Amino acid sequence: MTNSFQDFAKAKLILAIGTNMTEAHPVSSSFVKNAVQNGADLIVVDPRRTGLAEHATMHLPIKVGSDIALLNSLMHVLITEDLYDKEYVKSCCVGFDELKAKVMEYPPERGAEISGIDAETIRKVARRLAEVRPGMLAYTLGITEHTCGMNNVLSCANLQMLLGNVGFDCGGVNPLRGQNNVQGACDMGALPNVFPGYQQVADAKARAKFEAAWGVKNLPEKPGLMMPQMMDGLLDGKVKAFYIFGENLANTEPDIRHVEHCLDSAEFLVCNDLFETETTRFADVILPAAGWSENDGTFANSERRVNRVRTVSKAPGVSMPNWWIFKEIAARMGHKWESSSARELWDNEISVLAPALGGIKYDRIEGDGLQWPCPTETHPGTPTLHRDGKFTCGLGNLVPVDWTPPAEVPDAEYPFVLSTGRRLYHYHTRTQTGRSAGINEILGEETADISAADAKALGIEHGEMIKVKSRRGEVTVKENITEQVPPGMVWMAFHFREGCANWLTNPVFDPVTKTAEYKACAVQLAKL
Amino acid sequence: MKNDIITLTVNGRDVKNLQVTGKKGQTVLEVLRGNGVYVPTLCHHPKMPPYGGCRLCIVEIENMRGLPPTCTTPAVDGMVVHTHTERVTRVRKTVLELLLAYGNHNCLTCEQNGACELQNLVYEHGIEHVRFKTDFVPKHIDDTNPMIVRDQNKCVLCGRCVRGCLQVQVNGVIDIAARGSDSYITTFDNKTLKESNCLYCGQCVQSCPVGALTEKKAKGMGRQWELEKVRTTCPYCGVGCQLNLHVKDGRIARVSAVEGALPNDGRICVKGRFGYDWIYSEERLKTPLIKENGGFREASWDEALNLVAAKFTEIKEKYGPDAIAGVSSSRSINEDSYQMQKLFRSVIGTNNIDNCART
Repeated sequence: MTNSFQDFAKAKLILAIGTNMTEAHPVSSSFVKNAVQNGADLIVVDPRRTGLAEHATMHLPIKVGSDIALLNSLMHVLITEDLYDKEYVKSCCVGFDELKAKVMEYPPERGAEISGIDAETIRKVARRLAEVRPGMLAYTLGITEHTCGMNNVLSCANLQMLLGNVGFDCGGVNPLRGQNNVQGACDMGALPNVFPGYQQVADAKARAKFEAAWGVKNLPEKPGLMMPQMMDGLLDGKVKAFYIFGENLANTEPDIRHVEHCLDSAEFLVCNDLFETETTRFADVILPAAGWSENDGTFANSERRVNRVRTVSKAPGVSMPNWWIFKEIAARMGHKWESSSARELWDNEISVLAPALGGIKYDRIEGDGLQWPCPTETHPGTPTLHRDGKFTCGLGNLVPVDWTPPAEVPDAEYPFVLSTGRRLYHYHTRTQTGRSAGINEILGEETADISAADAKALGIEHGEMIKVKSRRGEVTVKENITEQVPPGMVWMAFHFREGCANWLTNPVFDPVTKTAEYKACAVQLAKL
Repeated sequence: MKNDIITLTVNGRDVKNLQVTGKKGQTVLEVLRGNGVYVPTLCHHPKMPPYGGCRLCIVEIENMRGLPPTCTTPAVDGMVVHTHTERVTRVRKTVLELLLAYGNHNCLTCEQNGACELQNLVYEHGIEHVRFKTDFVPKHIDDTNPMIVRDQNKCVLCGRCVRGCLQVQVNGVIDIAARGSDSYITTFDNKTLKESNCLYCGQCVQSCPVGALTEKKAKGMGRQWELEKVRTTCPYCGVGCQLNLHVKDGRIARVSAVEGALPNDGRICVKGRFGYDWIYSEERLKTPLIKENGGFREASWDEALNLVAAKFTEIKEKYGPDAIAGVSSSRSINEDSYQMQKLFRSVIGTNNIDNCART
């Protein structure tokens, strides 16, 4: 996030696009709803009438995967009606002419045809966005989990820059991150192209720095494989050994049959985990790890805030912290590492090696954490990035992007679009929430959510078991008639192995980010 | 702005003719609290709009009629406030006695014992018996859902749960129904919480000053004074809510949101409040496991780690370092991810390290 969660409560206008915030980030949504109570505009763009849409001043139920068409049309109106922030664009951004040329191809009438939102509404929204500034843009996986995910993100950024909304409190581009520490895992360099602190592995100076710090020579310069490429590598034999730390890939990745085939092909598979899962079935070695509240450490949240995590009890049996497990493997491969606690790792290695984290030390984050960049030990942290439109990279890049449809769209044989996500009560594959007393009682099974009109046409009663089938697989699942879902759409989650949406989802990816298109594939529904 | 500053004079429990300053627009209570002057309250919650329901924050203000509640009275420059006159204290005692008379406040087994605001106020006012005889009829207890127990017998109708639900979390599931001593908290259409639209965030429980709302899972897990508070970060979504773990003998009895903390300022959701006890699951892995003949057998750390190191070394030598790949966990701590990428880069010699940020 360029901004902070507290900004939501104070915002004057929030454009929430592809974010089921009331279920996936409930506390964040409470701040958004507070802003609405205080008179803020909330514009929700989502194919479903989500919980957040119930609080919206305007809900735009776009067709699945039509975000760029809508956003380009909004920008078309801003430019043709001369409503964009010319001063900001001129002094803070580059690429306006190219962006203008592209969005001119998307008059509201064309945006309307693709997105299903009428042209007059598009004009009205654009004018409102220009009128109430700064506005905050928030998005989640509805933007990224498409084959055009990266372009969706660029388009969101284009809009906010055109409005002059980036670099101010209660403005910015704000992706809400899914996992508690997905921001941190990236910050730590658990990515194939960067060391901790986003220092490029391809950069010789960065390699030299880490070689000196780690006491090694010849750190590899070629960026590594991204996760879907690793899976394919298992199949074609390029990857022989696979180490899965705390992920239940057999349930979370698209097309479970394919994923399990990949995992089964590994010559040697190691898992660090808390429980045996659908994924550990394929392991050769399972290493028992200490879980949350069983070791000290830090998480980084969506607003780049590094917070402490503390120990209250010992992990069961001989389970050990994951950092200890990696250290022991390194030792057995001839590398002696010094740090012997999470605090030593952070204070003596991570914060020393990652410049943006340099000022964050354990003794500074006893209470509220600090938001990076925080380069020195007297720096207060950075709640808002790109302050006053002074972008970290210099000038803000306006990048023209075209709308492209999802890789698989409904047809005569598979007439429904399946979109997937998370529900409030469970977290991902339920390894944790499914074992927390009472939660299964509140939500005990998967459902396929469809509209009343479609249920009627198919002759299905509410709560009836139905078959949902895609080109990858099929599931038998309870059907749930809901006003949230528009006709032509099915919505499912991946919390339960039986009826898991990922038996059906399409393993196609954004070409750059390799994020899968969980939000769109084609399915058919059948009465049993 | 200089004109915004107002000055009040206070005579109170511990102070005499104390000059306190505040800002125009503040309530008398806000000015007093802001200056560390004590006034008892029950329905007041700093996060919620003033309610003026409990009448415990009443005071005498010179040149004002009656006993105005400080929580709803705007502070005005020059006010002279008496917080603990004999008259004020007498009325407060009566209010407390009425609350006791119209409820069943059995502290002996109450989960809130030791952290109960009513208990503290009764103690503070030295109320040893209740003068009122009432025809109190035992009220309803809703314990039909797995998380939250509502005991109407202990409810003081302060409305904090209602405002927490409507004005903090903005879910609006509950409200006060009926009038006078018949009043009670209920859901739309008078349903149980289980049948209602309740999302189990537990803001109501966290807002409740007494034992009317408690957590089912915390029952019998420890008295308030036995619980140690450990601050930590929620393990679920990317908001990173700050939690207090209430711990007895190394076991979490319950979880609450840290008031005033960033980023969540006293709020959490159902997963953060109630999704903690998987750590005690009997299904937890307790020892390294090695696959043998299609099943898993227990192994020592040495055996398992040696096997991993040997296989990685063998595969690296045979196929090169890029034949090994790994994904780190975006649920675990930073230090774990740092250590895993260091293992892959500096020991194995490959950049084949990723996490689930893409998916």
